Amino acid sequence: MTLEEKLYASIYRIRRVEEEVSAVYPLDKIRSPVHLSIGQEAVAAGVCEALGKEDTIFGTYRSHATYLAKGGNMRKMIAELYGKDAGCCRGKGGSMHLIDPTVGALGGSAVVATTIPHAAGWAFATKMRGQRHVSVAMFGDGAVEEGVFYETLNFASLKKLPVIFLLENNGYAIHSPLLTRQPANNIAERAATFGMPVTVIEDGDTMGIYNATAKAVQTIREGGTGPFFIEARIYRWKEHVGIGDDWKFGYRSQDEAQPWLERDPMKVIGAKVEAARRKEIEEGIEAEIKDAFEFAETTPFPPVTELLTDVYRN
Amino acid sequence: MAERIISYAEAIREATHQEMERDDSVITFGLGVDDFKGIYGTTKGLLEKFGPDRLFDTPLSEDAMTGVAIGAAMAGLRPIHVHIRMDFLLLTVNQLFNIAAKTSYMYGGSLQVPLVVRSIIGKSWGQGAQHSQGLHSLFMHIPGLKVVAPSTPHDAKGCLIEAIRDNNPVMFVEHRLLHLFHGHVPEESYTTPFGKARILAPGSDITMVGISYMAADCLRAKHLLDQTGIKAEVIDPISLVPFDYDAVLESVRRTKRLLVVDTAWLNCGAAAEIITGVLERLNPGEHIQVRRMGFAPASCPPTKILEDAFYPDPASIALTAYAMCNDGKTDWTPDYKEEKEIAEFRGPF
Repeated sequence: MTLEEKLYASIYRIRRVEEEVSAVYPLDKIRSPVHLSIGQEAVAAGVCEALGKEDTIFGTYRSHATYLAKGGNMRKMIAELYGKDAGCCRGKGGSMHLIDPTVGALGGSAVVATTIPHAAGWAFATKMRGQRHVSVAMFGDGAVEEGVFYETLNFASLKKLPVIFLLENNGYAIHSPLLTRQPANNIAERAATFGMPVTVIEDGDTMGIYNATAKAVQTIREGGTGPFFIEARIYRWKEHVGIGDDWKFGYRSQDEAQPWLERDPMKVIGAKVEAARRKEIEEGIEAEIKDAFEFAETTPFPPVTELLTDVYRN
Repeated sequence: MAERIISYAEAIREATHQEMERDDSVITFGLGVDDFKGIYGTTKGLLEKFGPDRLFDTPLSEDAMTGVAIGAAMAGLRPIHVHIRMDFLLLTVNQLFNIAAKTSYMYGGSLQVPLVVRSIIGKSWGQGAQHSQGLHSLFMHIPGLKVVAPSTPHDAKGCLIEAIRDNNPVMFVEHRLLHLFHGHVPEESYTTPFGKARILAPGSDITMVGISYMAADCLRAKHLLDQTGIKAEVIDPISLVPFDYDAVLESVRRTKRLLVVDTAWLNCGAAAEIITGVLERLNPGEHIQVRRMGFAPASCPPTKILEDAFYPDPASIALTAYAMCNDGKTDWTPDYKEEKEIAEFRGPF
């Protein structure tokens, strides 16, 4: 596949899985709060496409996109949403905690900003072993209001860790606009003061996000040092949690969303893929989705004896 | 073979040294671990031996550094994160409660956090409100964390090695005054299993369970009680989670009396938990007398006259035990002089 085809496939896969989740949601088979990435897929897709399997990404509670983009198994994802034993967390995680350590899809925490230092710690370990791997800390604009964000930038810069700080700036923390929470929309400038290279992608462009990540990854592969800071400005199409639109509540306007809706990352990258190839890609993903939901429907719930397993490791 | 006598602090250092030598994945970090004082000597010499990649000072960022430890542990390292006072752990609890404790369970057993968090409870010479807290019960509350608080140099070494090899986050609770204690410690590496209490001294009239430094004070109280003919049994639980209820039950079935002494407050504390756990395990018809002792319900005052009143000491423990064995009578004054490690302790830290 060409790079454009891969990126299109990744975004399409995330979009369509979340649309199917939304379709099933009213049936109450997924009893878990879902935080959708619809409209924001370019960030996870662009970054993860530039990473290798040996690289790691620590995401947030909006964990569907990172899990899928990094190569997480879709059957295990949907089974997890359904609370089934075959889920990626055996029914003990839910939508906010999707991980797959075998492909480097980690993170998934409901407490904003908590996973940022984990990416630095993971990077510390790979650096200590002499591996030229990259670890990504993905977080939103709300997370930078937590002290741990600045603490981690400081430590990662001090130790020159191979970590990419990836800000997915969608301009809102739940219903609060960024400028009601911070004096200026200049987070990347603040990061730059820690002495790391900074890239800002203003328009949510998938290729721009991919290129910025690929450049950082190449630096590490060639024996260079981190950290790096990438800000991707993007827009959340759906409500903070749940499957609905929320224009009617008045905290943000549809006018504000319009330019983002018009440059839908899926359409932009899709336009660069030949129509016949696009159809092939879509058919493959539709089959995967159908299979994943059928699997989730039929695979069993965990036995009640599972309640007390894995509290402690042997 | 002659007994090898070293201090508790030296036992901690030796355990760390031996494990870092045995396993390349063990790293040690925390504020001041690489300075000339080396956390009361517990990390001294390790920088020279293992280098700054495996033993390093950190920024004053307990929250992030706990997260860094967790991320490194997820990646397969075995970090030891050191805090010179337990009070500072309050800056770590989001990471420890929300992530470290839950990782194994919340991710369906696909990830683990083999992490040791060392912290030291301060006492005496005016440590005051924020250098003296025993906060172990907070950590006992959270499933997924283990909590150990050995009182002897022998068990300090064995428990730390066990903690480093454990695949779970382990809260390793030390006490500043225990660091000064000396005892028999074998030179070779060994582990002290968690969930196994140690009877420090046998007795038949009352069971005294002493947590951390209070195990030492319970032993002193036992010697004071010898003057009255009361034979006290002293148990060091060593590990609080998991807890060895069998050992305490076996003891109280003989003595019918249980006094738990903690180096912490009593409200929702370890002593309350231990007593409840014992009572719940007794059979119908089995009755025992219970009491608990710990910090006075105030912040720790630095001025000595109030500080002395704030803590249980061997005399107050002995008198409480005496009353439990004599229908509540307190017609006895233990002949007690302040212990050497308190009388001679000088700060500033």
